Amino acid sequence: MASRARLVGQGAAIGLVTLLFLLLAWSLVSDEGSDLKSAAARGDRPQAPPFTLERLDEDGDFDLFSLRGKAVVLNVWASWCIPCKEEAPFLEQVWQDNRDRDVVIVGLDAKDFRADARKFASRFALTFPLVYDGPGDTLDGFGVTGFPETFVLDREGRVVEAFAGAVDGDDVRPRLLAAIDRALET
Amino acid sequence: MRRALPLVAVLGAVLAGAASAAPPNAADLEAELVCPVCETTLDQSNAPVAERMKTFIRVQIAAGDSEQEIKDALVAEFGPEVLAEPPDGGFGLLAWLLPLGALLGGAVAVGLLIRAWSRRAAGPEPAEERLGPELERLVDEELARFDG
Repeated sequence: MASRARLVGQGAAIGLVTLLFLLLAWSLVSDEGSDLKSAAARGDRPQAPPFTLERLDEDGDFDLFSLRGKAVVLNVWASWCIPCKEEAPFLEQVWQDNRDRDVVIVGLDAKDFRADARKFASRFALTFPLVYDGPGDTLDGFGVTGFPETFVLDREGRVVEAFAGAVDGDDVRPRLLAAIDRALET
Repeated sequence: MRRALPLVAVLGAVLAGAASAAPPNAADLEAELVCPVCETTLDQSNAPVAERMKTFIRVQIAAGDSEQEIKDALVAEFGPEVLAEPPDGGFGLLAWLLPLGALLGGAVAVGLLIRAWSRRAAGPEPAEERLGPELERLVDEELARFDG
C-alpha cells in the first residue's frame, strides 16, 4: 500500500516536471511575432495577425480585415516617441500620394494617452486612419520591440516587409515605396 | 471631564475624516503603477511614457482626484496591466488565491510526508503475542489460586 502511494507520488512529480519543461519549450518556440518578421525578411509573406481596435480619429472600431483587397502600410507609433515625430510628415505624404492607388496608411498608436495621440495627429495634420491600442496588446503578434515600426501588407493581408525604426531616412524611403509597389502587385 | 468626552469624539471624527480626504501621495502612486513600456514601477522608470504618466498623476492630484480615480483613469488608457498589484476581484483574484492555495497544498503535502516518515521510522507495530494452550491453562490456574 505504502509502495503504491510512493509510486503515485513519484509519477506525479515526474509528470509535473515534464509539464514545466513543456511549458518552457512552448514559450520559447511560440514567439510568433519574431517569426513573422523573420519570415517577412525571407520573403515568405506571413499572414498579419488580425485585430479590431478603437479609432482615434473618429468614433467606432477599425477592423484590419476590412482593408482586404488593398495594400496597407501599418505604422506603429506613440506621441512620446521622437523618431515617430520625424517620420510623421513623410507618412502623410505617402498617404496623399498613394491613396488613389488602393493604398491605405493605418497609424496604430500604442502605450500612449488618447489625448496626447490626438494632439500629435493634429500637430502633424495626419489624415490617414488612426487606431488606438493603449495596453499594446496587438504589438506582440507583430513582434514589435520598439517605436516606431512599420509593416507593409499586401492585398491579402500578408506582410511584404517590416521596418524597425523611422521610415523617413534617405535609405529607407525608397525601400518603403518599393515594398508598397510589391504589395500592390498581388 | 464628562462634558469633554463628546468634544473629544467630535474632534476624533473630524480628524479621521480629514485623514481619509487627504490628497493622494504622488510617490505612493508611482510605486503602485507600472510603466507600460519598461514594465517596472513608475518610480523606477525614466522612460518618456513613464515621465508623462508621472506628470498626469501630479496634474490629477492637483485637480483633486482621489487615488482610485487616478488609477481608474490610467487603467482606462493603458489597461489593468498598469497596476503593480492585480485587482482583488474577478480574474485578478486568482493572482492572490493561487499562491495561497499552493502554500496550503505544500503544507499539507509536507505534513503527510512527515507523518509517513515518522511511521516508517517507528517500524511495524508488534503483533499481539498469543499464549500457547498449555501456558494459558497454567496462567488460568495461577489466577484462580490467587483469587481463591
